[in-house]
Amino acid sequence: MRGFWKSITDKYGYPKVFITLFLLILCILAVVQKQNLPGLIKDSLVRVGMNGILVLAMIPSINSGTGLNFGLSLGIVCGILAGCISIEMNLFGLKAFFTAILLSIPFSAAVGYAYGLLLNRVKGDEMTIGTYMGFSIVSLMCIGWLLLPFKSPEMIWAIGGRGLRTTIALADRFAKVTDKMMSFNILGEPVPTGTLLLFGAGCVLMWIFLKTKTGVAMMAAGDNPRFAAANGINVNRQRIVGTMLSMIIGGIGIIVYAQSFGFFQLYTGPLMMPFMAISAILIGGASARKASISNVVSGTILFFSLLAISLPVINKMMPEGNLSEVVRIIVTYGVILYALTKVGRDD
Amino acid sequence: MDMEKNKTSLMKVFMNYSVPLLFMVICLIGVYASKLNAVYILNEISVRLSRNLFMVLALIIPVIAGMGLNFAIVIGAMAGQIGLITVKIFDIGGFPGFLMAVLFATPFALLFGYGTGLILNKTKGKEMITSLMLGYFANGLYQLVFLTFMGTIIPVDNPEIILSGGVGLKNALDLKLIQYAVDNLFRPNIMGVKVPVVTLLLVAALCFVIKFLVKTKLGQDFRALGQDINIAEVSGIKTDRIRLIAITISTVLAAWGQVIFLQNIGTLNTYNSHEQVGMFAIAALLVGGASVTKATISEAIVGTLLFHTLFIVSPFAGKNLFGDAQIGEYFRSFIAYGVIAVSLVLHAWQKYMNARNREKLE
Amino acid sequence: MEENYVLKLKNVSKEYFGNKVLKEVNLNVKAGEIHALVGENGAGKSTLMNILFGMPVIHNTGGYTGEIIFEGKKAEIMTPNNALALGIGMVHQEFMLLPGFTITENIKLNREITKQNAISRILGDSLKSLDIEAMRKDSQAALKKLGMNIDDWVPIAGLPVGYMQFVEIAREIDKKNIKLLVFDEPTAVLAESEAEKLLDTMRNLSANGIAILFITHRLDEVLAVADSITIMRDGEQVSEMKRKDATLAKIAQIMVGRKIERVVHEARKYENNGEIVMSIRNLSVDMPGEIVKSIDMEIRKGEILGIGGLAGQGKIGIANGIMGLYKAYGEVYIGNTRLELNNPRKAIESGLAFVSEYRRGVGLLLDTSIEMNIVISSMQIQNRFLKGLFGLKMISLKDDRKIREWAMKMIKDLDIRCTGPDQLARRLSGGNQQKVCIARALTLEPEILFVSEPTRGIDIGAKKLVLDLLVKLNKELGMTIVMTSSELGELRSISDRIAIVYDGKLEGILAPTDSDVDFGLMMAGEYRSKEVV
Repeated sequence: MRGFWKSITDKYGYPKVFITLFLLILCILAVVQKQNLPGLIKDSLVRVGMNGILVLAMIPSINSGTGLNFGLSLGIVCGILAGCISIEMNLFGLKAFFTAILLSIPFSAAVGYAYGLLLNRVKGDEMTIGTYMGFSIVSLMCIGWLLLPFKSPEMIWAIGGRGLRTTIALADRFAKVTDKMMSFNILGEPVPTGTLLLFGAGCVLMWIFLKTKTGVAMMAAGDNPRFAAANGINVNRQRIVGTMLSMIIGGIGIIVYAQSFGFFQLYTGPLMMPFMAISAILIGGASARKASISNVVSGTILFFSLLAISLPVINKMMPEGNLSEVVRIIVTYGVILYALTKVGRDD
Repeated sequence: MDMEKNKTSLMKVFMNYSVPLLFMVICLIGVYASKLNAVYILNEISVRLSRNLFMVLALIIPVIAGMGLNFAIVIGAMAGQIGLITVKIFDIGGFPGFLMAVLFATPFALLFGYGTGLILNKTKGKEMITSLMLGYFANGLYQLVFLTFMGTIIPVDNPEIILSGGVGLKNALDLKLIQYAVDNLFRPNIMGVKVPVVTLLLVAALCFVIKFLVKTKLGQDFRALGQDINIAEVSGIKTDRIRLIAITISTVLAAWGQVIFLQNIGTLNTYNSHEQVGMFAIAALLVGGASVTKATISEAIVGTLLFHTLFIVSPFAGKNLFGDAQIGEYFRSFIAYGVIAVSLVLHAWQKYMNARNREKLE
Repeated sequence: MEENYVLKLKNVSKEYFGNKVLKEVNLNVKAGEIHALVGENGAGKSTLMNILFGMPVIHNTGGYTGEIIFEGKKAEIMTPNNALALGIGMVHQEFMLLPGFTITENIKLNREITKQNAISRILGDSLKSLDIEAMRKDSQAALKKLGMNIDDWVPIAGLPVGYMQFVEIAREIDKKNIKLLVFDEPTAVLAESEAEKLLDTMRNLSANGIAILFITHRLDEVLAVADSITIMRDGEQVSEMKRKDATLAKIAQIMVGRKIERVVHEARKYENNGEIVMSIRNLSVDMPGEIVKSIDMEIRKGEILGIGGLAGQGKIGIANGIMGLYKAYGEVYIGNTRLELNNPRKAIESGLAFVSEYRRGVGLLLDTSIEMNIVISSMQIQNRFLKGLFGLKMISLKDDRKIREWAMKMIKDLDIRCTGPDQLARRLSGGNQQKVCIARALTLEPEILFVSEPTRGIDIGAKKLVLDLLVKLNKELGMTIVMTSSELGELRSISDRIAIVYDGKLEGILAPTDSDVDFGLMMAGEYRSKEVV
């Protein structure tokens, strides 16, 4: 038994094993409590589709050697900005959704490029710097949201106030457009087919990218910068490519998220979002130095199903307080903390 | 000749104090734009200096010991709040209540500090990101205890502090029973400014304690670690132990600092009071000209003074300049995050350049 | 008459994982003498010192056998603190000084003089105040003993290098019971005048009764100060002599002399008129620890050129500089075309390939498959092993089928022992990892192959396989090979010519069959002075 346990934890890592066990216990509890199981499955699928692309954004940054992207909120801010512009342009439905995505790309790319230049000068401290660059840009953008000259009445405060609202409802714009695309019912609950397909497509594209010449060079630069440099690969450039890609995917990710969630959350909304994505990919078995598509998929499914299922199950056990939120906090940061104690130990 | 020398040394002073000087200029602009009167500002400053400086000083020792900015002082703040919650439960008021809060908080702070130290010893070179994440993680545990254990595992039945469902502490606890317990012990009115003398004396006492500590054998070990942990280790200094001591001291001081802070505020926001503590204390220290590797008492004092002046005036300035107080508030939180980010970048950049230069020299 | 020995090592042996690095070594140091310990890199000097200082690396790997007798008593040195307590001190090669501390604070580091205060009486000794005055007094005394006239309350940062060395020594002699002081390559970082002064200081200390163990490879310094000399080679103590019996040539010969097994192939005749494939002019390289200072050299088509020399003298820097891994200056011509330096891509494009001495650090992607390790350079630089996505030329994907085919061929040709081409490089043994590195270089189909330390850290059997492989490539494919190695024996076994580098400069070029004395003198940088004498 002990040998089996060891081989399992060695192969998958403690976070994945513990989260899987936790999830299993929650599932059993859900059955015992006679929860609406198809509903729970739907909630899980919705959350997976909603967050998957944000988690995917970690892949290029980890593999290019800049580590977990604690500064992903920069990309997220770009995505939100693009989303607001698409509303200002008075677009609806899929057109609004894809316009927002297309618009976000140049913003995120530019921000990613600048951020990549910065990261190349602070090698080894990307995590701390990323966190605080994220925090400061988010708080700077708080002023930005107040001052930017948006006019659409849906976005600015209705009376007296100035600047954009803290949450912008997308119900009339592109809320649920991909969730509802090709949606079909399983056991009476709708499946967010379009969003899941989008996530799948993202994964496939990333998988292909990692097989291209650039992808191979990027992975080599991240894996062993000295090796890469000795073989004629420009390590700094690859790190910038990785950072830009991560930011672009993060920007797209937040638009997909908002589509499913139904709102954009401005101001301090993006502040803590990177940590969820980081935690998810770590649960999937990634490290700060290596991550694969399967880490993304399994981590996203495990982490976000856990959140989806824990909410009703725990609240039923203990209606007072907000225990499921507490569980989210403990899991998110516990996993990151565990990964930090691992960094540098295997080298 | 002499003139030139004066010039260069003036330049040097300017360079050395560029950060506090910059903030002084921003503060002066803010003060001017806020159109507040001097007595109001001075009153606010004396209050804020007395209640916030203790926490800022708690950061100094880990910096000296080479562990960087201790974002985990939020854990110390939590310990302080545990002390306050305890006196609230036992309903001990006034100055004895304050003392009891400190007394209850201390063992928790020692324990938390020790635990933090153990984890930071496992993540050498990544102390700052680890202590930051540890703070968030501990916040989760804190909520677990006070949101769900209170009234269930921990039998407290006091409708004044427990939520109506019987489980979990309320979001805001009234601390009127010990409010101003220290501040008002002796608070003379000097030209319209009410100075909380005893609180300031406590802060001054801490300054002396830190000064004393640095001059002891322990302090010498802190300094040695701060310069080069490998050489310290080779010289036979028990580095892990020294680091544990440094972080434990910092955590205990933070706990006391939080008690001092909240005896002034008079209300405990059970789940939020500690959250921003680390960020604001660190930003204040950096505004004073400290860095990741160097921090002094005078930098802490100057920094707290400037940073909180900015806090006082920026909503008013924002309102007068842009017609919106909100802008001023966002501006000050941008300043807080921004000054930390810039300081971290400068430190990392310097480290990176040094490593590159060393490669060239050898 | 039994003389007064402060330190005696008797039959000390040490194994690392079955690999004998010290064999029955004896060392006898008299009280108050300067005893020189000389030998090539890898002769076992540093292992011996690690044993003497009780370093954890020794005791974590099964300890040693034999006896240490210190001042006539058997000593068990299990930790560095034991050594310290006995009175053994070390002056480190890289300074163990804190730059922001003053000279006094550094001399007294972790040995501070303290005094009680009200608080320390209650809370314990670590809160005692520092007695700065007493500390300064001690430091001044130690500095004075060394003839140093300097303010002891200035920070280390900013002092000249020579001063730092003296602060280190002052720290050791401030330890009141010091009996034996080890100097590990102390003059390596000093300018000539500073080195002179240091040697004087050593003489002074020994005159005051402190025994000195002087580890160096500068033979002239040995002859200048040493009273007796122990020479080590391949983990054995091969000779012990008195100063009066020693000559430069004799030490040199003993230091490098060993039977040369030239079984691999016949030495070809030194062909002066061979076609020159590469000429190196004024090449300087800023490689930390292996600085090259303006070297001129020619490489001839189809030869195996060996580059030898002691560690730290710059031999490693040459190939690294040409390949663009470290900042290089000067001119390198391939045929008649000038090579753009400091650009690894250009170097590889010009038909050069490099197998790095730092296999796990620079040579391999450890967590990547063998096959990718083999093809990645060629893919990135020569655009081989790629195919378009669905025939689209714009997006080039790696061609898994071609990669697999090629990897299988290399695995077979080079006899790489692995479970398959998708095994991770980390899991291979050292010798097989080295073959993967060579396979990657061969995939580039280079004109000239640079190989650095090809046998470092791999076991004896595999060593021969790697060397055989190099010879085979040279003979069958006519590949020009430049091999850099610390092991003179292996250079002499397969090279056609051997260039010896000393102090960043080319000391000379020898044939593998030249005498041990010549090799020894060249490696010690004394070859030219011999001709003068």
